[in-house]
Amino acid sequence: MEATNPQKLDYWKITLSGVFKENAIFRLAISLCPAIAVTTGLRTGVLMGVAVVFVNVMSNVTVSVIRAFIHPRIRMPIFMLIISGWVTVADLSMAAFAREAYKQMGLYIQLIVAFASIFTRAEIFASKNKVVPSFFDGIGMGVGFMFSLVTISFFRELLGKGTLWGFSIIGAKPLLIMLLPTGGFLATGVLMAFFNWIDIRFYGGKGAGGAGGH
Amino acid sequence: MEKELTKLFEIFIASSLINNFVFTRFLGLCIFFGVTKKVETAVGMSITFTAVMMISAAMSWVVFNFVMVPLDLTFLKIVVFIGVIAAFVQSSDTIMRKVSPGLYYKLGVYLALISTNCIILAVPLINAGEHYTFLEGITLGLGSGLGFALALVIMASIREKLEIADVPVPFRGLPIAFVTTGLIALAFTGFAGIITS
Repeated sequence: MEATNPQKLDYWKITLSGVFKENAIFRLAISLCPAIAVTTGLRTGVLMGVAVVFVNVMSNVTVSVIRAFIHPRIRMPIFMLIISGWVTVADLSMAAFAREAYKQMGLYIQLIVAFASIFTRAEIFASKNKVVPSFFDGIGMGVGFMFSLVTISFFRELLGKGTLWGFSIIGAKPLLIMLLPTGGFLATGVLMAFFNWIDIRFYGGKGAGGAGGH
Repeated sequence: MEKELTKLFEIFIASSLINNFVFTRFLGLCIFFGVTKKVETAVGMSITFTAVMMISAAMSWVVFNFVMVPLDLTFLKIVVFIGVIAAFVQSSDTIMRKVSPGLYYKLGVYLALISTNCIILAVPLINAGEHYTFLEGITLGLGSGLGFALALVIMASIREKLEIADVPVPFRGLPIAFVTTGLIALAFTGFAGIITS
């Protein structure tokens, strides 16, 4: 999505496009690592999602604010610095306020810095648009990412532990395999196929989402 | 001495098989799904990755322990490691192009993909988190690199066969690759009992 005329952009449209049309995991298939690593429970999935929304929005806004001062030739290292700065903020806050969850997912929070989905937004959207559209673009991409994490972790926790957010729902553990790494790959694969099916069935797409980048 | 060697061996086995970066730690998935369409690319990629992982582990260990710890700057580790790795990859890209163009055309193309990849960045971060010594850090880099290579080659061989298989339309492409990876990961859980310490 290239925005050449920011005045005419509909904020709602920008946000929604990030959630569905350009959904990072199911459609573009980028930034996959945490989708499987932190989705054994709804709680960790949501926490990771919140961290990603935060970093995405803040780095988009920062890049947009200083976009006039960045020389095009050195923009990549500058974006990298901005993103890693905000990831450090998220990492330290998570370590301070959510200690239990941090022990389990600390490494993946730090690795948000290598997310292609955040970097590409800074490159193709925030560096060319004003602050407010960039803010909504960040929200859209972040929420889309969170949506995928929540969907995957919903099924994994429900089927693996029989609970949701720690509360017992089924009262048994129907499919223990969903908690293993295997379950993460299977759940993501099946959900991705489901989204492809929707795309083919209702929107006349060709299926086969994302080519996979990094 | 013997105890240290045992520890190194343990780290090597643990990082390459038990905690395989792809199948247990879920790192480098994007590369993993992106380049495993042909065995040849997968091999070139593995060589480059293993080398970069070892060297960046060594470099960031030196920076972390001799610069950041004495200055009490460890909270900046994400920023600094990214910088170290990106600088190293960029410079080796330039040097390789000048010194040996043949090698560059074989392996250099993968270098561009590497600079900010989570699988490379994870090695120094784990080293810093676990307070590994220099040798242990390099061993972790080597083990993880070889484990990643193993995963890439297995997956590429399977996907070359998948090309001619009759897969349901919505599953074509990435979804079936995910399901396949899930099954390989299931096999890799069998390694979990090798080291009991």
